[in-house]
Amino acid sequence: MDASPQRPVATTSPRILAARETKIVASDVNVYYGDKHAIKHLSIDIPDRAVSAFIGPSGCGKSTFLRSINRMNDTIDGCRVTGEILVDGKNIYDRDLDVVQLRARVGMVFQKPNPFPKSIFENVAYGPRIHGIAKSKTDLEEIVVNSLKKASLFEEVKDRLAHPGTGLSGGQQQRLCIARAIAVNPEIILMDEPCSALDPIASARIEELIDEIRQNYCIIIVTHSMQQAARVSQLTAFFHLGDLVEFGDTDDMFTTPKDKRTQDYITGRFG
Amino acid sequence: MSDHTVKSYDDDLANLKQLLAQMGGLAEEQLANAIDAVTKRDIRLADRVIAGDEKIDALEQQIEEKSILTIARRQPMAQDLRQIIVAIRISADLERIGDLAKNTAKRTHAISEQMPRKLVSGLTRMGNLALEQLKNILDAYAQGDADKAIQVWRSDEDIDALYNSIFRELLTYMMEDPRMIGPCTHLLFGTKNMERIGDHTTNIAENIYFLVHGKAITEERPKKDSTSTTNYNLNT
Repeated sequence: MDASPQRPVATTSPRILAARETKIVASDVNVYYGDKHAIKHLSIDIPDRAVSAFIGPSGCGKSTFLRSINRMNDTIDGCRVTGEILVDGKNIYDRDLDVVQLRARVGMVFQKPNPFPKSIFENVAYGPRIHGIAKSKTDLEEIVVNSLKKASLFEEVKDRLAHPGTGLSGGQQQRLCIARAIAVNPEIILMDEPCSALDPIASARIEELIDEIRQNYCIIIVTHSMQQAARVSQLTAFFHLGDLVEFGDTDDMFTTPKDKRTQDYITGRFG
Repeated sequence: MSDHTVKSYDDDLANLKQLLAQMGGLAEEQLANAIDAVTKRDIRLADRVIAGDEKIDALEQQIEEKSILTIARRQPMAQDLRQIIVAIRISADLERIGDLAKNTAKRTHAISEQMPRKLVSGLTRMGNLALEQLKNILDAYAQGDADKAIQVWRSDEDIDALYNSIFRELLTYMMEDPRMIGPCTHLLFGTKNMERIGDHTTNIAENIYFLVHGKAITEERPKKDSTSTTNYNLNT
């Protein structure tokens, strides 16, 4: 096992962290899949009410770290996490923490839109119902409509809320998944390549949506599109081979990166 | 710098740099010929300089088109993006340098045969200094050498200082002999052109610094051109 001390990370203290509350504080996080050391001594602060982008080549650990923020890795055999991840000062790996409650606070949107094989309405209503968020039927209806509106999908589906969610287009399905995530009032939304299965127009609508809702959430997006990271995020973190190489304000990361590996990656020079 | 995964991207950037080198070489040649033409009052050489400016203009356009195409095609980031933006800016400066060389060459026609040769020597000296600056800055660009660029940037002071003294000298001649006012004015404009060329080389120097370091030069450049506030009392 790798017991080396934390590696130096190229960063100047990001301006966005000074301007916002810090939502997530990760310290010396290690993630192992069996013998594979997937995340090495990672420490990072993530701001609230802003979009943070994780970039890096495949297998660099960015998705692994994303998944450890709502303990999705718990479900993977042989996966072990050490170190601390504090959300609002509370370590989410504490024994007494309720994982179901945690996942209500930390919503997730995946690469492929994955609506439940249920109606559009039920897709959004499911979360609030099981978490007991809605007090009445009208309450639930209001939550569904508001969530669909926030996900800018409502106008397109208002006449067919009883139709199956799987009948929507890919881009609409992805917005439905975002509406589903928003419905349980999360504080953090994790997005794992939310646009990679979408056409450019549908991607642009998701980006527009992210831009609209970022005032209210701590959003973390993993993306393979550097241009997308540059467009939607305020903070960017670059991962390579399980190391957090550099993080900083997005405006700096894509114009004057500090670390050569970051520079090589964002300019398309990585082998 | 290691190569891009996509080889043709490297070709695009190398091509851009090569076009700029070509443009710089032409500007240098035009300037050298313009100085020669004025110094030797060689009207045929002056006409060649005037006609040659088109080539520089065409290159500028070509660089601009290639830059826009590369941005659209590659979405460049970080130093690649800077390289393209800087190429556009430097080509604009070189184009202006070409114009100033042409304008100086044009004045060969207006400088009369009767004018004492020593009057032109100031312009020649200015021209050679500006030419030296241009050569050095083009070398600095070719080598991506920000330190060398800074040296050029600093030594613009010398051109400004020389310009001040020539300005005063020419004013004195004009006061002594009003028949000299015509040719001296042309010389003054020619000299001013050389001073402007010096300023364009400092622009290029600033761009090279930006290209290499990703930020602007922070120090203040010493400005020694005081002619805009110089007045001359005719009654003294």
